[in-house]
Amino acid sequence: MNAAVILHYFFLGTAAIATIALLFARNVFYGALLLLITLLSLAGLYVLSFAEFLAMTQILVYAGGILVLIIFAVMLTSHLNGKPLLIDHSNRLAGGLLGLTVFAMLTSLMVGQQQLQTGGNGEPISIMLLGRLLMTSYVFPFELTGIVLLIALIGAAVIASSSTTKRL
Amino acid sequence: MTPDYELLILGALLFSVGLATVIIKRNMIFVLMGIELLLNASVLNLVAFNRIHNDAPTGQVFGLFVIVIAVCEAAVGLAIVIQVYRFYQSSVPDQINDLKE
Repeated sequence: MNAAVILHYFFLGTAAIATIALLFARNVFYGALLLLITLLSLAGLYVLSFAEFLAMTQILVYAGGILVLIIFAVMLTSHLNGKPLLIDHSNRLAGGLLGLTVFAMLTSLMVGQQQLQTGGNGEPISIMLLGRLLMTSYVFPFELTGIVLLIALIGAAVIASSSTTKRL
Repeated sequence: MTPDYELLILGALLFSVGLATVIIKRNMIFVLMGIELLLNASVLNLVAFNRIHNDAPTGQVFGLFVIVIAVCEAAVGLAIVIQVYRFYQSSVPDQINDLKE
């Protein structure tokens, strides 16, 4: 039982508990914080799976970017009367059944797989290879995602800033 | 139970909870959070399979692309949520039914 194994189970448990709590949360702000806990635990799991660059991207992009955006949206769409924004649940039975069914289906597909039981050989993956792949084999999708990101951010700014008429 | 196997189970959990969140919650921001969970489940699966087949970090490359697309989706989605809230004074998806009426 070394430190890596303990951390692996710690992050695994935290991510699972925070995700399930997100399903039952009724306060949108608490939901955002639970999502943050899940995403940070996933970043920890990525570090333990030799994906350090992906973990840093996850922390920078999700914890630094998307969570701030979500909290901004929560503040802009609450009625600003000092009360927390509580939401209702609907379709509880359908949603719960669908979630349980999908989970059972995915896990039952994994149970019989011999290759998953033995796992990989546990050798680390070089981050140098990742940079080399991004700049050689995958340079076209890399540049394309840059353009898509630029277009999406300009589009988001245009959509959010344009003033519309009130509903009749 | 190998670590890869547990990561895949966690990915399945994230995916199913994200799917249930999208259906159950009556708030557009919560629905967007559910979609983020779905995308994160796919990234986790890519990382876990990359750990099994670890001769080249192709899974991590695709994970990076998925994260970038998730950022685009979140930025545009939240902009639309704010604009819809300005127009309808509501962030409940069921109440936005002008096309149905």
